[in-house]
Amino acid sequence: MSSMSQLDRPSKRGIPEGLWLRCPTCRATVFKKDVESRLNVCPECDHHFPVSARRRLDQLLDENSFEEWDATLKPMDPLGFVDDKPYAQRILDQQKKTGMNDAAVCGAGFIRGRGVVIGITDFAFMAGSMGAVVGEKLSRAAERATEQRRPLIFVSGSGGGARMQEGILSLMQMAKVSAALARYHAAGGLYVCILTHPTMGGVAASWAFQGDVTIAEPKAMIGFAGARTIKNTIRLELPDGFQTSEFLLKHGFVDRVVHRRDIRTEVSRLIDYCDIR
Amino acid sequence: MIPTPLPFETDLHEMEHSLARLEAAHGDADELKRVRYELNALKKATYARLSPWDTVLVARHPNRPQTCDYIDTLFDEFVELHGDRAFGDDRAIRTGFARLDGIKVMLVGHQKGKTLAERQQCFYGCAHPEGYRKALSKMKLAAKFRVPVVCLIDTPGAYPGIGAEERGQSQLIATSILEMSQLPTPVVCVVIGEGGSGGALGIGVGDRVSMLQHAYYSVISPEGCAGILWKVADDKTKPRAAEALKLTADHLLRHGVIDDIIPEPLGGAHRQPKEMANTLRAHLVRQLRELADVPVPDLLQRRYEKFRKMGPYLEQ
Repeated sequence: MSSMSQLDRPSKRGIPEGLWLRCPTCRATVFKKDVESRLNVCPECDHHFPVSARRRLDQLLDENSFEEWDATLKPMDPLGFVDDKPYAQRILDQQKKTGMNDAAVCGAGFIRGRGVVIGITDFAFMAGSMGAVVGEKLSRAAERATEQRRPLIFVSGSGGGARMQEGILSLMQMAKVSAALARYHAAGGLYVCILTHPTMGGVAASWAFQGDVTIAEPKAMIGFAGARTIKNTIRLELPDGFQTSEFLLKHGFVDRVVHRRDIRTEVSRLIDYCDIR
Repeated sequence: MIPTPLPFETDLHEMEHSLARLEAAHGDADELKRVRYELNALKKATYARLSPWDTVLVARHPNRPQTCDYIDTLFDEFVELHGDRAFGDDRAIRTGFARLDGIKVMLVGHQKGKTLAERQQCFYGCAHPEGYRKALSKMKLAAKFRVPVVCLIDTPGAYPGIGAEERGQSQLIATSILEMSQLPTPVVCVVIGEGGSGGALGIGVGDRVSMLQHAYYSVISPEGCAGILWKVADDKTKPRAAEALKLTADHLLRHGVIDDIIPEPLGGAHRQPKEMANTLRAHLVRQLRELADVPVPDLLQRRYEKFRKMGPYLEQ
């Protein structure tokens, strides 16, 4: 760990360490334990706080049912990308900060007794952006789900979309994962994608919108282009609620907006509807 | 015609003008020969040391041939097919049956526009969801009759706007990428100018992907990258971003993202559009012939493996 003392060390999620949290939606000061016991949802206003991939697994899967795959995959720096710090250094910093090798966690588990393959991108690691490791892990997950004939659940929390620091190779991950999902679909598998805050750019324009059923958590930011880019292009103010889950529901691009506490139930129900055995 | 000069070719531009004057005045033959020789040497020297940012500027050159120019010069026939059957006819992507050298193809290509009116009509080559829906539906039509698909990529990116988001920009690009990976007919893609991110990949999943020598292909525009990294996109940060992104054809070839680099005429495609069309034509004919006899299951397997192995990672 770094030399910073326990007291002033910021948490992994950018929320000050302590017993209390301030909800960014209702501004209420809420007891952290209460929030955590409610799956990281604000007890006052139902704001959905970000959840790490690990906690998400605990929340979604049956207890101790997760078997992780490909945990040893680590990113490289194929372009020698340097901005204010070299990407190679940024990777090390992010790994230290999050305890993860890269932004995706994949594996097998059970949801209310139903076997699934699951993949999650964690916003905490470089905004959940997709580089070669994320692309590879999700592709392998889709391939194994095809072989094992298990339902496939991906949870996206990727504000960054394709990871800029891996350049064109990260753009190609969109094609790679999509190709694996196309085969999975062709083999008749059920793919449910759960969109969480935020899901943007190259992730939105690939695997996040390739599900048989697309579920979104309430008030997540979901879209292709960033709000700033759009504003700079059209020079107009954006409407309220633009690029939210509810906006996508209204325009017909998500099937259901589902409260975090109901996702397990909803996913298991979908699996039962789509079980053809 | 002398093309509009780019910042790095002022000398070149001057010499082109003096040659034009000399030619117009039917100047001395030896003098003409000498100037032509020097001009050629200068073109060679200038275009041999383009920085990545220079390359971006060449790829965006207003006189650079676009899909519609190739439709006129490279293809023997073009039967445009309009509309996505759901919303409209996006002019930023042109689709239709075409013939070249006796080969039937489905042509899908971005069009940026040459005049202001045309540019506005096709949103400077930035397609909306209906553009991708149209492209995919014509590709499926092609596949139904075993007609190969040729995609000419030339876009700054998919359109960032309110309507585009309301109509599912992410959804339509995602669907296009997914379906192209399994499209049961040969698909040949060429980045002819700008390969702008998801907007390019939306018609960019093929059995062969090539780039013209001075085209670029990138996960994000140099402007977008500069804005994120250094807060402003200006004359200092844009070249830095272009450098960092490794967006030129030689880098993409080295990383296994593209199969070939198609050489451009000396001084860029915009200087000799006819010659460029001939080179591109020969390239397309060769690739289409190579792919014509590959059984579809093999084709799809190879396409899968091609993209499957992209992007290095470490594994203990």
